[in-house]
Amino acid sequence: MSTDTEQDISIDRSIGDFRYDVDYAFDAGTGLSERTIDYISDVKGDPDWIRAFRKDAYRRFVEKPMPTHWASHDLDNIVFENIRYYLSQGTAPKRSWDEVPENVKRTFERLGIPEQERKFLAGVEAQFDSEAAYSNIKKAVGEQGVIFVGSTEGLHKHPEIFRRWFGKVIPTGDNKFSALNSAVFSGGSFIYVPPGVKVKHPLQAYFRINAESFGQFERTLIIADEGSEVMYMEGCTAPKFETTTLHSAVVELVALPGAKIQYVTVQNWSPNVFNLVTKRGLAHEEAEIKWIDCNIGSRLTMKYPSVVMKGRKARGEVISIALANDGQHQDTGAKMIHAANETTSNIVSKSISVGTGRATYRGLVHVPRHLKGCKNNTECDALLISSHSRTDTYPAISVRGQGNACQHEASVSQISEDQIFYMQQRGISEGAAMSLAVNGFVNDLVQQFPMEYSVELKRLIDLEMEGSVG
Amino acid sequence: MSVTATEPVSKEAEQNWPAWFRDQQTSAWADYEGSPDPTRKDEPWRFSNIGAIGLAEFQPAESVTSEGRLINISQGLADVSAKLVFGNNALLHQDVERLPHGVLLKSLEAAAREDEELFRKFFMVQPIELGSHKYASLHQARLSTGAFLYVPKNVEVALPVEIFHWIEGENASIFPHTLVVCGENSKVTVIDHFKSADGKRAFACGVNDLHLEQGAQLNYVAIQEWTRESLAFHLNSTIVGRDASSTALNINFGGGFVRGESLSRLIGEGARSVMLSLNPMDGERQIDQRTLQDHAAPHASSDLLYLNSLDDASRTIFAGLIKVEPGAHKTDAYQKVRNLMLSDQAEANSMPGLEIQADDVRCTHGATSGEINEDELFYMQARGIRKSDGRRLIVNGFFRSLLERLESGSLRTYLGGMVSKKLGVSSA
Repeated sequence: MSTDTEQDISIDRSIGDFRYDVDYAFDAGTGLSERTIDYISDVKGDPDWIRAFRKDAYRRFVEKPMPTHWASHDLDNIVFENIRYYLSQGTAPKRSWDEVPENVKRTFERLGIPEQERKFLAGVEAQFDSEAAYSNIKKAVGEQGVIFVGSTEGLHKHPEIFRRWFGKVIPTGDNKFSALNSAVFSGGSFIYVPPGVKVKHPLQAYFRINAESFGQFERTLIIADEGSEVMYMEGCTAPKFETTTLHSAVVELVALPGAKIQYVTVQNWSPNVFNLVTKRGLAHEEAEIKWIDCNIGSRLTMKYPSVVMKGRKARGEVISIALANDGQHQDTGAKMIHAANETTSNIVSKSISVGTGRATYRGLVHVPRHLKGCKNNTECDALLISSHSRTDTYPAISVRGQGNACQHEASVSQISEDQIFYMQQRGISEGAAMSLAVNGFVNDLVQQFPMEYSVELKRLIDLEMEGSVG
Repeated sequence: MSVTATEPVSKEAEQNWPAWFRDQQTSAWADYEGSPDPTRKDEPWRFSNIGAIGLAEFQPAESVTSEGRLINISQGLADVSAKLVFGNNALLHQDVERLPHGVLLKSLEAAAREDEELFRKFFMVQPIELGSHKYASLHQARLSTGAFLYVPKNVEVALPVEIFHWIEGENASIFPHTLVVCGENSKVTVIDHFKSADGKRAFACGVNDLHLEQGAQLNYVAIQEWTRESLAFHLNSTIVGRDASSTALNINFGGGFVRGESLSRLIGEGARSVMLSLNPMDGERQIDQRTLQDHAAPHASSDLLYLNSLDDASRTIFAGLIKVEPGAHKTDAYQKVRNLMLSDQAEANSMPGLEIQADDVRCTHGATSGEINEDELFYMQARGIRKSDGRRLIVNGFFRSLLERLESGSLRTYLGGMVSKKLGVSSA
């Protein structure tokens, strides 16, 4: 990456590109072995079945090859021995910001988390490296029976719900990185929404990586019981390091009959982060799972949010925005598994490639035999800004039997010179015109984000586009 | 002896082919034996039914029993400018008298001997990139004849050139090959017929390479009518030069498991390639098609349309890629696959892909899978057309829309008749 381009992208990275020194009470050291796993299990006081689960996952992780027969060979640049797998100041999150250690609190204040919590959130969890530093839920929401805690606390305090669904949506061996996460997971959220409860305001998690050469492996499990509704939002940042940072999360959603889950991600990792995430939801009868996914940061992101529509009339949706700037590869997409009659799914993906950036859409739509009335609609649009930009689309659609309808459309285009000319004629600079055109391209999708996020997103896109003209 | 067993080059090959070609065959054989079998984990074989590719039981084809009969039934279009008939890897008949001066239509081995420079310049020069490299090597190693057509600069061949490839005998294997070279600003239409002489199960492993030099125009149609138990590979490439225009249509009426690979490389500005395929699928037949629209030059266009109708327990795979190489600006590429599902047991897999490395382009692709529109059926029933007839008419109309893309009216009529016959619709 040239220094010029670094200058261009550092504009927006500055949001998260700072770091305060922090002393860690627990450090699993560098590299991964069974001993690392024992260390994590000891610190976290894991029950035996979790320790065994982790060790089994570790074996699978070691056995599984890198998926480079289809994925980017950039994966080969991850040196697992050089990563630190667990760093924390303690496993119990604070319930009040006043109790959070000063430098950690300053970090989250600078990122605006406590302020957002006061303004519009029903609950917040703030993870700092391996563990949540802060976790709290508004009293009124907690009184409705909503559980919103970290994965460790969920496992210890609500084993009956946790164990029933944990690892059931995404099996350990799903892929190499889900196995890695299963071996060393720490942090993430556990949410349970009781039947009929509609959580009015979003629950938010914020993931912060502070340490160098670190791997963050949060594990999130959300269960929305019958007829309930919940929206979960996650954001993330890390300071920019010369060395590789690895983020590999597993997120499992369970929407029981009639429930609705919306999961919103704004991913803004620094450009040294490998972001390899497995996300899947299980939608029961008439349930709805919607992933709203925006990827702006990271060096390489591989993430294909999925919905398994298990019950009749279940619905799955993925709204995806990816912005690949110089040196970045956003390899994103969606998977829709139709496993019951009259299930419907919708995928809308828009990507923008700037400079040497590469945006890839990978999709899977599966309608097995003997199903009736399943529908999928997929739209992928890619915008190429510079002559070195790259975009790829690799969908796979399998349909068995008649009585189902699937349609896939994709297009690749560039910003029309006429549009830019028109705006320039009216005194708008080329850069500003470019930003306007890009914002126009993704505008309908940005509208789907909660207001506070869509404003932020627009600003991020403006910043990313600055200096990318020419 | 199995077609895949090691054996010396046949006696005919010793006599017919130059030594340098036989050397090439020896290294092709080594390459075949040294290449691993594909697995479903290989991206070019995703969704494929690898289990269907068992070659061990197929034998090298023996000579056909009745050359005269095959020549007699090699009837296609009413008016053609030339005809070649091959049966079981041998040239049975050639009718090339009416071709314009300078046009060469002959067996491959004759071309290798008599037109060595041309042959070497064009014979299998395009690497097999879509997965079947191993089977192309088998083809090359086992090749004993094929069709070679060269149309010189500025020559227009008014009527189509027809080539018949027959296979006869239980578990026989043939290696059909058609090499077409269109010189600058030349024009020609070529029809390849792939037919079974006796309705037996067989194995065909064919290669067709089309080369278009600057300003050339080529219409190419392959009509595949192997038996429904047969295994076939059809590996096609089309290389399109500056301002040249190719339209290639692959029709698959038969075959139990057919792997088709079609690659178009647009290497000159203003090049155009139209890639069409028409596949009425039924029974337990499977077709696995992989395509590549490779834009290596700016201002070129490609347009792909593949239509599948899927009845009974048939299965289709379409994996297509539009690849726009760096610098191929002003590319206009289009790709569409449509699956018409006619049965609950049928399965359609579509993988329409894009890889774009130039910014000033217009590329779109689409894939649809749907069923017959009930309103259309009802409309016909209301006019006294039985439901089963109505379905056939709708499928017929579905395919006819693709034939409209062909320039030649007589070819449209001829192929339309074949489609109607296949679907059991009286030809109108």
